[in-house]
Amino acid sequence: MKKIIELKNISKAFDGELILDNISLDIYDNEFITLLGPSGCGKTTTLRLIGGFEQPDAGDILFMGERMNHTPPHKRNVNTVFQKYALFPHLNVFENVAFPLRERRVPKKEIHEKVHEMLSLVMLESFANRRVTSLSGGQQQRVAIARALINHPKVLLLDEPLGALDLKLRKDMQQELKKIQKSTGITFIFVTHDQEEALSMSDTIVVMSEGKIQQIGAPSDIYNEPVNAFVADFIGESNIIDGVMLENYKVSFSGHIFTCLDTGFAQGEPVDVVVRPEDVDIVPESEGMLCGVVTQVTFMGVHNEIIVDIGGFKWMIQTTDSVNVDERIGIYLEPDAIHIMKKSKYSGMFGDYSSYSNELDELSDPGGEE
Amino acid sequence: MSMQKSGKKQKQSSGRLALAPYSLWSLLFIVVPLIFIAYYAFTDESFRFTTENITRFFTATSQLTEESGASREVRTYLLIFARSLKLAAISTVICLLLGYPLAYIMARAKERTQKTLITLVMIPMWMNFLIRTYAWMTILQDTGILNGLLELVGLSPAHIIGTETAVIIGMVYDYFPYMILPIYSIMAKMDIRLLEAAKDLGCNGAAVLRRVIFPLSLPGVISGINMVLIPSVSTFYISQKLGNGKFFLIGDAIEGQYIANNLHFAAAIAFILMVVLLLCMALLKYLAARLVYGGESYENNI
Amino acid sequence: MKITSKIYTALIFVFLFAPIAVLLIFSFNETKSLSVFSGFSLKWYKELLGDRSTLESVQNTLILAFSATVVSTVMGTAAAVGLHRLRKKWYRGLINTVTNIPMINPDIITGISMMLVFVFVGRLWGASTSLNFWTMLIAHVTFCLPYVIFQVLPKLRQMDKDLLEAAMDLGCTPMRAFFKVTLPEILPGIITGAIMAFTLSLDDFVISYFTSGNDFQTLPIRIYGMTKKTVTPKMYALATIIFFVTMTLLLLNNIVDDEDSRRKRELKKNTIKQGGNKK
Repeated sequence: MKKIIELKNISKAFDGELILDNISLDIYDNEFITLLGPSGCGKTTTLRLIGGFEQPDAGDILFMGERMNHTPPHKRNVNTVFQKYALFPHLNVFENVAFPLRERRVPKKEIHEKVHEMLSLVMLESFANRRVTSLSGGQQQRVAIARALINHPKVLLLDEPLGALDLKLRKDMQQELKKIQKSTGITFIFVTHDQEEALSMSDTIVVMSEGKIQQIGAPSDIYNEPVNAFVADFIGESNIIDGVMLENYKVSFSGHIFTCLDTGFAQGEPVDVVVRPEDVDIVPESEGMLCGVVTQVTFMGVHNEIIVDIGGFKWMIQTTDSVNVDERIGIYLEPDAIHIMKKSKYSGMFGDYSSYSNELDELSDPGGEE
Repeated sequence: MSMQKSGKKQKQSSGRLALAPYSLWSLLFIVVPLIFIAYYAFTDESFRFTTENITRFFTATSQLTEESGASREVRTYLLIFARSLKLAAISTVICLLLGYPLAYIMARAKERTQKTLITLVMIPMWMNFLIRTYAWMTILQDTGILNGLLELVGLSPAHIIGTETAVIIGMVYDYFPYMILPIYSIMAKMDIRLLEAAKDLGCNGAAVLRRVIFPLSLPGVISGINMVLIPSVSTFYISQKLGNGKFFLIGDAIEGQYIANNLHFAAAIAFILMVVLLLCMALLKYLAARLVYGGESYENNI
Repeated sequence: MKITSKIYTALIFVFLFAPIAVLLIFSFNETKSLSVFSGFSLKWYKELLGDRSTLESVQNTLILAFSATVVSTVMGTAAAVGLHRLRKKWYRGLINTVTNIPMINPDIITGISMMLVFVFVGRLWGASTSLNFWTMLIAHVTFCLPYVIFQVLPKLRQMDKDLLEAAMDLGCTPMRAFFKVTLPEILPGIITGAIMAFTLSLDDFVISYFTSGNDFQTLPIRIYGMTKKTVTPKMYALATIIFFVTMTLLLLNNIVDDEDSRRKRELKKNTIKQGGNKK
């Protein structure tokens, strides 16, 4: 695959506050890449650097191997779908989409053809003469996409474009964006704080935190093999337990020795052990590798989400079995349910459900207001 | 996260360029002229420093003949100034008393009615100030329309023209819209839920007005007072026409000195007027802050 | 509205419109009397059309108002844009305060203060009369500028700042982006500001009075001269015409404003707000 954009050791500070800290990232042709992270992690700044709205303090931005640090936005072969669309309210749908073409003085006939072609791509053909202010949020979104695509940019930047839509519409637009990306073959760089959105749409996910890239990988890799406690916790739910690597394929935690699939750690190295809530099997107490008391059961529709106190550490388990509060249960872990991570500065900060409640989780959801 | 700072250097410099002509203009034609008022006020004909103009304002005397025929000596300009302040203050209070209920009625009306009413309030402002004042003169004359009407209903004619009442009527009429507009605009923006909350918390109609509506409308009241007080203190046409020139006001004094080409003394009067008005405005602001917001400046509370 | 409110409102409007009604009616009076209406006639309008110096002063007023409007609108809009982009707080505060001065200061002080400068500078140059069309134009531009600035500035603040970036993203240079996107967005503010400037300039008497010379007389100054003597209904006819002209301008402005606010409301309604507002 061809590298289309390279970020090399980029740093950027605002008012002395370091927003991007030595970031390097390669972006390939025809890729759907998502920058994912909580507010303040630097994902939007990264996007704005690529778009040309900011200049890096240090490091280089390369487009197809050429340094573009200070090229202004209008000279970059990159277009942006803005968060709140930024449609021009004084122009109708047609003129909004035609805006870049008129700027390039494309002949009238060609403009007409291209705009209608693009409007049909986003299924808004019959709306050409409508005022943008009379459209619904979803329709405005489509106009913004059509407008950004009409120049056939090499790369499309999308800054939380679905943030202002309601849930149902958001799901539809996710599908549609993915479809548009496949059919046009344009590289999409997508910024979001919503991990589900990232997992379902992306070819590659870049997890960011505190101005640094934590992990780059395919969605399944990021989910199954998070590199540290931050990634494990930010992507999906995780129980993260302190453990000690005894030898290859053997790890000890919660007073028990487990077989796992991980190698490459020193003997006796302290590690973080990740167990996803859906990977835990509930068994009768006598058959369990570990035993504990159920402290909370929440009905979630497809499954129950239960909190189990195992030796003082609260685990979250998702199960379709029905259990009751105060019931003693055993748990069983298959070797592939266990994932071992090196210790990091995020160790001990995440993955314990002692203070967990559904409501609280929503309040502190990284997907909240930025 | 700071997102607003895109291309800031470039934007900054183009911004400064756009602002430059105005910066220079406002320096030359707003700031420098004010300095010139002070400069002229404190210099004599040959631009040597003197406090004589200021002293003259406070000490000049003349004979005032009262209606009874008795005459007494008075400090000319202090008397004129006091009269200006008195008439302007009375006009302002009348504007407020008449205007506040109207603003309230307007703000509570249906949206379409509001639009119509606000246009109606503004229409008199589009009639030339001199002519509408002159029209009042013809209405109030001894042989004017008002007395004609009074006669028609069998009342004795009133002598209004050439009295302080006529001057006050003129001031109220000319500046009334300036009182209405700011009060109305703040009342129209007022969140209706606040009033409902106040009722919910046990206020009756009068209490809602006193404890919620009035405090919230105060910034509008203050700017209304400023906008009526300032032009009425400094007017010179109204007093000449409706006061028959009998009630010299501070504006007439300035105009008179200008006509007589006494620029230094005219500047001195203007200078004192400006200082007094500034003090009035500061006092008003301070009082509003004290009375309603417990000592804090009201801007901070809004 | 309650009945008491209605009566109250009606009484106030009687007070507000009485003199205007008198003007309108007596401009059609047959005789010279301003208190007895003896019969309908257009004679005062005819006489007005024959009054050379009044017509000249009308022309002067229009020339002055038009020039002052053009200068103050262009400079004021540029100033608002500059002010909007300015990041130095103290400088912004300073400009703001200075801009407020002509709006707060009594007209008589604004007029006197500028007259003093003109006379002073004129004397330095040794000119015999220092007050003329240009001093009046400067004065009018000065008192119009704040109104233009304070009409345009809020429109700039309301504008979605992403629009400018979107235009650049789609191929505009910053300069073109301003003309293609910012200008249409703030145009209603500019128009309102210009109309305000125009009407203020048309109507101004006090400041003109102190800054005008003998060679260039505007209508308000001519009216002032006329009202020193007894007035004929000719002047009422004139006032009636001006009144309807300014009313038309006002209504035009209302239409522009209505359209603008209707658009803004629609946009707000249709953009579903939910999360993700980047500050």
